[in-house]
Amino acid sequence: MNFSILTEPFFVRALLAGLGIAIVAGPIGCFIVWRRMAYFGETLAHAGLLGVGVGLLFNVNITLGAVVAAILIALLLLALKRQQQVATDTLLGILSHTALALGIITIGLVTGAVTGHLDILFGDVLTVSKNDVIIIWIGAIAVLAVIAYLWRDLIAISVHEDLARAEGVNVPWVELVFLITMAAVTAFAMKIVGLLLITALTVIPAAAARRMANSPEAMAGWSIIFAALAAIFGLLLSALYGTIAGPSIVLGASFLFVLTLLKPQRN
Amino acid sequence: MLKINPALISGHALGLKLGGRNILENVNISVHDREIVTVIGPNGAGKSTLIKVMLGLIPQTSGHIHKRDDLRVGYVPQRFPVSPNVPLSVRRLLTLTHKADDLELQRTLAETGIVHLMNARVADLSGGELQRALLARALLRQPQLLVLDEPVQAVDFDGELKLYELISNIRKARGCGILMVSHDLHMVMAESDRVICLNGHVCCEGAPIAVQKSPEFSKMFGPKAAAMIAGYSHHHDHDHESHANSPYGDFKPGQDHKH
Repeated sequence: MNFSILTEPFFVRALLAGLGIAIVAGPIGCFIVWRRMAYFGETLAHAGLLGVGVGLLFNVNITLGAVVAAILIALLLLALKRQQQVATDTLLGILSHTALALGIITIGLVTGAVTGHLDILFGDVLTVSKNDVIIIWIGAIAVLAVIAYLWRDLIAISVHEDLARAEGVNVPWVELVFLITMAAVTAFAMKIVGLLLITALTVIPAAAARRMANSPEAMAGWSIIFAALAAIFGLLLSALYGTIAGPSIVLGASFLFVLTLLKPQRN
Repeated sequence: MLKINPALISGHALGLKLGGRNILENVNISVHDREIVTVIGPNGAGKSTLIKVMLGLIPQTSGHIHKRDDLRVGYVPQRFPVSPNVPLSVRRLLTLTHKADDLELQRTLAETGIVHLMNARVADLSGGELQRALLARALLRQPQLLVLDEPVQAVDFDGELKLYELISNIRKARGCGILMVSHDLHMVMAESDRVICLNGHVCCEGAPIAVQKSPEFSKMFGPKAAAMIAGYSHHHDHDHESHANSPYGDFKPGQDHKH
């Protein structure tokens, strides 16, 4: 085992990038858990893959492609939520997998083989550049600022949407801003854990935090701590044992969740 | 519009079409100060929908709604699924969209009889306690109009009586208007000033006694129900608790009926 790897610049950059994603994955994950939006998160991620494919096709930045595609599908879902022909989860299933299929086909057509792009599916945190780290932290701080600004309204909507609206919360506006934020986080986290595992990085730390917290704020705080610990755990595992970094981070989160199950619940 | 005492809220010729189906047709409804207006009707009659239209949660297809300027509304929705995922105390539930200090919170929770539950977890509350917490939540906004959609759901029979008593006391103490939905015919009659029978359209409306005698009401709920209500409201004047153990069962058509 070679511990000197831990002071290599690439590892420090990976750690900073992982922590940057962790501080936004924490609170975003809480809202995904509170509002039962896990499947929605998956759909955004799959839309991101389609965005990457289109980005490659037209030779534009793939992160930008992923953000735009995720935002577009979020808006489409917001618009389609009002219709009553198809149940929402069925609709998500259709859109999510159509986007996934289209994304894989597009990437395959453009590059000849999807297997050359496993980093998009599983992340490639060990190769992030100094610029990537700076962008991730600027993005993370911006996302945290947006969430802090909308915090009370978001919690009111999570508890009861109609009641929040009757009491003056501008639900469509808050929902729109939150979905755009979620789409942006999805695209940024693509580099760290990959599109297939983004939902895991948001949902699992939040689920673990639920067992520790008695208020929404405490749950968000614990969720950030768990996501950060998972990032550290995963990166260490990857550096020391050569495992793929993204899935190792998710495994770290799962491990922490299992640990919280040992905590006795007062009742 | 020179009216001496305009309604807190009124809906005029309200209509709502969803997917080609008429949910509401030509509904007129108004609530004044200190007035309890109860909307009754069978399942699927559009009672909750009407409430949501009145609150502006669902835009009506036709008709219009007039509210008194700066009307403060307290709303208790029909369904309040308490997600175990959200860690929430009663205190926090009350202050989600409305800031209040401890003294206000205590006073309001005392009014609904659950001041001891201020720091309890919402997920641990019983059906009746949750309804009281939601009622306190609505009262915290000092409403001029209280909108209660099925306020006694998930509450046992004894608890129902006490909740209706509480609602009646709130009206007396605060003088607010109350718009209430219920499918629970037996209980609403004693305290309501006006009852509106809804089945997509307004079948009949008026004072409880007038409504229960109307042929439309009998058609909707059956003559037996009308007689039962008569029995109940009479009975209710004398004794609040005696039939707590025998819900509905001992009311025969016409029993105690002397109106």
